[in-house]
Amino acid sequence: MPNMSLKKNDMPAQEPDVRNKNFKEVALGYSEETALDEAARCLNCKNKPCVGGCPVNIDIPSFIHKVAENDFAGAYDVISCSSSLPAVCGRVCPQESQCEGKCVRGIKGDPVGIGRLERFVADWHNEHDTGAVSKPVPNGHKAAVIGAGPAGLTCAGDLAKMGYDVTVYEALHLAGGVLVYGIPEFRLPKAIVRKEIDGLKALGVTINTNTVVGKTITVDELFEQGYEAVFIGSGAGLPRFMGIPGENLKGVYSANEFLTRVNLMKAYNENSDTPVQHAKNVSVVGGGNVAMDAARCAKRLGAENVYIVYRRGEAEMPARNEEIEHAKEEGIIFKTLNNPVEILGDEHKFVTGMKCIEMELGEPDESGRRSPIEKKGSEFVLDVDCVIMSIGTSPNPLIRNTTEGLETNRKGCFVADENGLTSREGVFAGGDAVTGAATVILAMGAGKTAAKAMDEYIRSKE
Amino acid sequence: MYKIVRKKVLNPTVTLMDIDAPMVAAKAEPGQFIILRVDEDGERIPLTVADFDREKGTVTIIFQIVGATTEKLNHKNEGEYIQDFVGPLGVASHTDGLKKVAVIGGGVGCAIAYPIAKKLHNLGCEVHSVVGFRNKDLVILEEEFSAVSEKLCMMTDDGSHGTKGLVTDALKQLIESGEKYDEVIAIGPLIMMKFVCALTKQYGIKTVVSMNPIMIDGTGMCGGCRLTVGGETKFACVDGPDFDGHLVDFDEAMERSSMYKPFERSKYEEVCNLYKNV
Repeated sequence: MPNMSLKKNDMPAQEPDVRNKNFKEVALGYSEETALDEAARCLNCKNKPCVGGCPVNIDIPSFIHKVAENDFAGAYDVISCSSSLPAVCGRVCPQESQCEGKCVRGIKGDPVGIGRLERFVADWHNEHDTGAVSKPVPNGHKAAVIGAGPAGLTCAGDLAKMGYDVTVYEALHLAGGVLVYGIPEFRLPKAIVRKEIDGLKALGVTINTNTVVGKTITVDELFEQGYEAVFIGSGAGLPRFMGIPGENLKGVYSANEFLTRVNLMKAYNENSDTPVQHAKNVSVVGGGNVAMDAARCAKRLGAENVYIVYRRGEAEMPARNEEIEHAKEEGIIFKTLNNPVEILGDEHKFVTGMKCIEMELGEPDESGRRSPIEKKGSEFVLDVDCVIMSIGTSPNPLIRNTTEGLETNRKGCFVADENGLTSREGVFAGGDAVTGAATVILAMGAGKTAAKAMDEYIRSKE
Repeated sequence: MYKIVRKKVLNPTVTLMDIDAPMVAAKAEPGQFIILRVDEDGERIPLTVADFDREKGTVTIIFQIVGATTEKLNHKNEGEYIQDFVGPLGVASHTDGLKKVAVIGGGVGCAIAYPIAKKLHNLGCEVHSVVGFRNKDLVILEEEFSAVSEKLCMMTDDGSHGTKGLVTDALKQLIESGEKYDEVIAIGPLIMMKFVCALTKQYGIKTVVSMNPIMIDGTGMCGGCRLTVGGETKFACVDGPDFDGHLVDFDEAMERSSMYKPFERSKYEEVCNLYKNV
């Protein structure tokens, strides 16, 4: 008998007033008992709308069915057929607009907690994993992957499973891309990312860190070294600034810089040699998930007041509801319908305040959201000593500037077809490098699709 | 891990190391930089390439011991390893078409100025070098500069070696005596580069400076290294590190470089105490 409760089982979490002072994971995960109860809410419907909502098409009802049968190892096998990073996706996917958004149970009541169950299964696996991996039979072909983020790692994992000799080139000193430099420890513990990457290495994937493609080595040189196809998953790492006065004052960060200092370089940890400002009052400009991450990190570093300053309304915020809720619970102050016009500083060029103007919503713009318009004469100064700009990123130009014949669009994104093929033979691309800043799971989907296309391309030449 | 294949103490505060990094050595050009991390908890610091040997696969770095990271690095010995070493990053110095150039180096900045002077010399350009140090004990690369320069002006603050005075004094004299330079290349402390630029602006001589701001990734990702150049924001890591010195806002750059002073000082003390107790 299915569990007909309209509510999904709550996710146990650290108390807001406790967690906003530490960097430990916020959500604690389902117990076996809760997982079994939640799994029983799945109706196992025939047409499986949830699967269509998943960018990597995990056979969701099938894995949930295994959970309900107490076969957690079996559930993991089902997920790992489609996803190479389940413990990551169970934590950071926007399930409400994907699998869970399509769930029949969501029509009346809450959808099944698919993301929470995925996380449960992945964590169970990681706890019970013996590390024994059967290495795929080599097929004698070589492929290169640029960027060890979600797109690149997925592509590398899928190619390795097909028997390819895969090498991943990563610019930073650590593999993981946005999973290690961007998403904070309290939302995605780095031990989990490391575990997933160790899994790929066990499959035979080589990861070369400290290698900047476009500088240390070029795409053409990769082909000269015998790689038969190349996947570019270099992400969208170039931060945008607003172009307002005072942006170069001390205490103004891009969200990328702030998060990289805190997450990748572990500046919150006393042992780390990397500094970060421990500000008293912080303003984060922007309304996406990255803005929420930056605000919550700033709070944990000891800031008394952390503001989210966003030019539209809360309904228009691109961040996930869960992230907005978590931020609010932790005491982040939302100042929506406000836009910065100038950052103010003292004689030593440290930030002392941020001048904002109130906004109101007008007609919908090209994004379909109502466009913000300034309210004349409504300027005011927000008393802050740190400003974090989280208004988006664009793809890095290093690869496009050093590779002939690789077409990019107006925004600097690589042009690729639905299989990830670029304008250059044998060169595929996917993830944020193609779409501009998007989600982890979409990048993984693109990596997966490209791996399949790369396999077909290499086979077609035999 | 990257092996230190040679270590040489150039003066009490400046050390040279050759690092085994064949992929970096294969591509490095004067003017470019690398980023290194000494150990697992280490910060990422940029250092400009001082030399490279493509055949041996080594890259030379010369650094001044100014903080925790350079102190830790200086405690590493030949045969030991450093955690990370990535590059070459940034745009190489432009040397095309230059016939006569004044190369100005200040302190440890001479380590970066030297490979450019050498490259220009090898390209057949007439090089006049002006190098400045606080005193005799801190002088580095004198012979090397001498070998690649038609003229070498050695300046010290206290007159203990060469001529007493600032690099700007010597440069002014050269210009006043009728030397005509296609370009001046100035590398050293921000304050020195600022005053060299102020001087050359009066004479309308194009001046290139090498900027070394605080940065993390060195690939354009963090934006921490941003500078104002000709009223526009530039990233030193990808747009530089060389810039037209007459357009650089040095005052802003000096302020920005002091962002973490108190933290840097306490980390430095912490590390020094650590080595004292060993």
